[in-house]
Amino acid sequence: MDLNKKFTPETWPEHPERATLEGKNKFVGFWLFLGGETILFATLFATYMALKNKGPSGFGFSTQELYQLPLVFVMTLLLLTSSLTSVYAMHHMKNYNFKKMQLWLAITAILGLCFLGLEVYEFNHYVHEGFTFGNSAFSSSFFTLVGTHGFHVAVGLVWITLLIFRNAKRGLNLYNASKYYTFSLYWHFIDVVWVFIFTVVYLMGVIG
Amino acid sequence: MSSVAQKRGFGAALWDWMTTVDHKKIGILYLIGGGFFFVVGGIEAMIIRLQLLKPNNDLVSAGLFNDLITMHGTTMIFLAAMPILFGFMNYIMPLQIGARDVAFPFINSLGFWMFFLGGVFLNVSWFFGQVPDAGWTSYASLSLASPGHGIDFYAIGLQIAGGGTLMGGINFLVTIINMRAPGMTYMRMPLFTWTTFVASAMILFAFPPLTVGLFFLTFDRMFDANFFDHQMGGNTIIWEHIFWIFGHPEVYILILPAFGIFSEIFSIFSRKRLFGYPAMVFATVLIGFLGFMVWAHHMFTVGLGPTANAIFAVATMAIAVPTGVKIFNWLLTIWGGSISVTTPMLYALGFIPSFVMGGVTGVMQGAAPLDYQLHDSYFIVAHFHYVIVGGVVLAILAGVHLYWPKMFGTMLSETLGKITFVFFFVGFHCTFLIQHWLGFWGMPRRVWTYMDGQGWNTANMISSFGALLMAIGVIVLVINIIMTTVKNVRVGNDPWGDGRTLEWAIPSPPPFYNFTQTPLVRGLDTVWIEKQEGNATGLTFAEPVTDIHMPHGSIIPFFMSVGLFIAGFGAMFHQETSWGLPLLIFGLAWTFVAMAMRSLKDDLGYHVTKEEIQRDVNNASKGGQN
Amino acid sequence: MMKGLKKWRLFSLLAVLTVFLAGCGQEELSTLLPAGQVGKDQFKLLMLASGIMLFVILVVVAIYVVALIRFRRSKLGEDFIPEQVEGSHKLELVWTIIPIILIIILAVPTVYYTYKLGDVKAMEEVTDDGKAKHLVVDVTAKLYWWEFEYPELGIVTAQELVVPTKEKIYFNLKAADVKHSFWIPAIGGKMDTNVENLNKFYLTFDKESEGLKDGVFYGKCAELCGPSHSLMDFKVKTLPRDEFNAWAKNMKATEDGNNVANAAGEEVFKQSCIGCHATSGAGEGGTQGPNLASFGDRNRVAGFLKHNEEDLKEWIKNPQKVKPGNTMPSFENQLSEQELDDLAEYLLGLSVEQ
Repeated sequence: MDLNKKFTPETWPEHPERATLEGKNKFVGFWLFLGGETILFATLFATYMALKNKGPSGFGFSTQELYQLPLVFVMTLLLLTSSLTSVYAMHHMKNYNFKKMQLWLAITAILGLCFLGLEVYEFNHYVHEGFTFGNSAFSSSFFTLVGTHGFHVAVGLVWITLLIFRNAKRGLNLYNASKYYTFSLYWHFIDVVWVFIFTVVYLMGVIG
Repeated sequence: MSSVAQKRGFGAALWDWMTTVDHKKIGILYLIGGGFFFVVGGIEAMIIRLQLLKPNNDLVSAGLFNDLITMHGTTMIFLAAMPILFGFMNYIMPLQIGARDVAFPFINSLGFWMFFLGGVFLNVSWFFGQVPDAGWTSYASLSLASPGHGIDFYAIGLQIAGGGTLMGGINFLVTIINMRAPGMTYMRMPLFTWTTFVASAMILFAFPPLTVGLFFLTFDRMFDANFFDHQMGGNTIIWEHIFWIFGHPEVYILILPAFGIFSEIFSIFSRKRLFGYPAMVFATVLIGFLGFMVWAHHMFTVGLGPTANAIFAVATMAIAVPTGVKIFNWLLTIWGGSISVTTPMLYALGFIPSFVMGGVTGVMQGAAPLDYQLHDSYFIVAHFHYVIVGGVVLAILAGVHLYWPKMFGTMLSETLGKITFVFFFVGFHCTFLIQHWLGFWGMPRRVWTYMDGQGWNTANMISSFGALLMAIGVIVLVINIIMTTVKNVRVGNDPWGDGRTLEWAIPSPPPFYNFTQTPLVRGLDTVWIEKQEGNATGLTFAEPVTDIHMPHGSIIPFFMSVGLFIAGFGAMFHQETSWGLPLLIFGLAWTFVAMAMRSLKDDLGYHVTKEEIQRDVNNASKGGQN
Repeated sequence: MMKGLKKWRLFSLLAVLTVFLAGCGQEELSTLLPAGQVGKDQFKLLMLASGIMLFVILVVVAIYVVALIRFRRSKLGEDFIPEQVEGSHKLELVWTIIPIILIIILAVPTVYYTYKLGDVKAMEEVTDDGKAKHLVVDVTAKLYWWEFEYPELGIVTAQELVVPTKEKIYFNLKAADVKHSFWIPAIGGKMDTNVENLNKFYLTFDKESEGLKDGVFYGKCAELCGPSHSLMDFKVKTLPRDEFNAWAKNMKATEDGNNVANAAGEEVFKQSCIGCHATSGAGEGGTQGPNLASFGDRNRVAGFLKHNEEDLKEWIKNPQKVKPGNTMPSFENQLSEQELDDLAEYLLGLSVEQ
């Protein structure tokens, strides 16, 4: 594959992420990987459901009192918006508009960073209330489920930052198009998982 | 192999193997790694059987015995059986579908090194004197109560090795989906490729629960979490569910590739197309699917209630149907064929009655109320050894003999092979058949010793004697391998004479790019079809000779795995030492930096030119090996 | 050839049967000689399953042997190329449907017995005066011994379960430390003792244990629970109902004092042992060590040692050596030889069966 091959929006293929065998492999492989990740999160969800509100005798925490929906709602908005901005980025990628793609990805990253900041704030708040990781089975399962999601967000941020800077000077080609594309897949996946966390953990915790 | 390669020194060769991304070399590495752990697990088994030779024996202490059974089970499943099968999948599957490598050569290498270093991590526990001792299932209440770092080695070692396996699974799936040669439709894929495909899909869905379970265990033991501590609201049954949601598919992950190897063997050595190929494929997929629906049959005595037990009992029995379909299709494959009893065929023929016996005892245990008696008795020990040794290990031994000439270009001795078979096969039945009765007679499993006067003495002695025969069989195999390697009589493309699939139409061992030209596949058993139509090479090409694109080798996979290895020790010691936490961070950072290097540095591979390929072809046709 | 095959088949059948019949194991702990309704039900299922499975094995082996005899290359010639048969829908249907039928034959009784053996509703039943209709025993598994509490009778014992014959006995099972599993092979299948919940099941004991080799049935821990898992045995004594009532009454009476076979031994006991062990069989469980009210009547020391003074002293002196990982401290340096003798005599004299 020639990295220096120059494209124009006209010669740029319709599915640049799948235009090479490597890209196609990455595309299929990443979808499969996300399948595995789904099972991973499913296991975490199931454990959380089983251990929700469970603690030692005299345990003082419950989902109703602990969670603060307004904060979580803001976080949800941030992450959902970032998913949308990553869609814009991929739109520009397909049109061979590198600069706009980079811009939208940067916005995506910033939104993700804000989300992560709020999550750190949220966790910190819980810990100050005494709801620490080792406090109970409930706290362990909560921090592991939501924390694993947070960890995925962090990994995604590092990933996209590296991609943005690594390719800043050389622009789009068929080699990195699939990298950008898999990132966007990953980001949507994280978003979907968050929707489930928002519903199952927070909404059902406060209301249900 | 070029002459340049042979003149290199040891250091260069070692570097070559450590950096290789060639699926064939990685396959051989898997075989070597898995073979090493197979011997380790075998020695552990021998000590177990020696300890149980007579009542009130004190050859090993009670604590050490629990170490041995735990490490025997864990080693054999995760570090021996799976890697060896991965070796075959890696080596053979791309050849069978006419590919030049797997989809992600780099990740393939990473998968191997993670398996290997994870396995080393687990076994380092012996040198610390703190060995996993809660059984290969590590049920939570006991694994939390277990003192020392034994269980930590288990949790972290399997985490690293399991990660490698998951990558391997995804890699095989993508390879099969994307890289089949022209004409190789799904329904023309050899059955070994099909079973690799289904087993890989099962890995993809079964290993994440294990990952999560092991994290829970790690967090509980090392990071103050309370998933399984019932006094803190935790629940140990969660571990049992998670473990078996992984653990049951795991046994099918092992047995399906074994089925694949036997399907190839029956077909080759009966000179006959596999009977009912579509039914075989369908049965494979169905077994893979049902494999996820039956995990709770390992938990009939846990107290899940009659409704859950009844549902899982019936689901379990249902698996017998597709398995039966397979058995009868194999029987009908040899029926009407021309059976040549070579060593691989001998194993395949030994497999049928052995596996049927293991299968039917499985159905017996699927009957929940009966399982209340059989569960955790020696009956279950007999049952799973019948399926795993009688199925998987026989397949591995058969595969070693079948594919040895393809991998190393020289044939294992048929005579010694048959001697191995006789010792191993007789020893196997001698060891495990009698254990069914030990279970009936009330002997629980995982017992360090037993009192005299319970009627178990003779049976245990017979069983231990059988283990000795199996050990002799394995030793003969090792001798066979050494002698064959020393003699090094070279063989051609199709040493068995009746090869039916693509791997038998290319040189043994194949050149590193596998196929000089991508083949065109014209049906199931394409090489057989070509040869029957008079094409002696067995191949029709889909393209002219062109430059071949190949990936570069890389040491980064090794380094990434080493980082995880280091981080594992950091996690283990972070509570009692000041250097634990820094070491954990250092190890993870190391891995991350290695990964970032891979990501930031473009690696576009290189091209093998037309001229080089033509030169190789000419050399080969002149009959010269060098 | 067919004749030879028939003979072979008959022979193998006989061989299997011989092994089967000769190999019934020992009455006090074999699942093949069930001495209770639960075990008998499970044995019936075993026979049905074995029959079906034996049939399957025979069919497979028969086809296999015939194929091997008829289709050897040495017989057919080196150059013989067999017809490349693709398959047969009819045959595929046959070996799909027949196994399904066989499995249904097995599945129906399986489901039936699963519900039958899982039915513990009667546990809650009470008579008109508010007493439980059935005997309920609370079993607590500990590292590495068993506690048996009879809540309705107000008594507790350890290591040797005593139950009346010919009635349903219900069990509440739990573990106090790590998971164990409660199994009396000759009576019926096992059930786990979990750490976080109570498991309930029932067993019936049809046969009095008196005629058995040691006068007791053997019970086992079936779940790996640590180094001494294999030594975590218990025994079961089954008595006719009236004898059981007498036993229970005697047990209850130990709250007013025991037989004292050696007064000096009693003193030693009060100084060294009473912190963990009770000698009154009345009351509730939950003690640190096994209840010793009926120690002299038991069959084994520590569940598996011979029931004599020598082994008992060995055990008290160094429990860790005998049963690694248990929670009893060593008394080797605490007690003199004389004190040990006295203590042993005292303990072996603790009896409720005179």
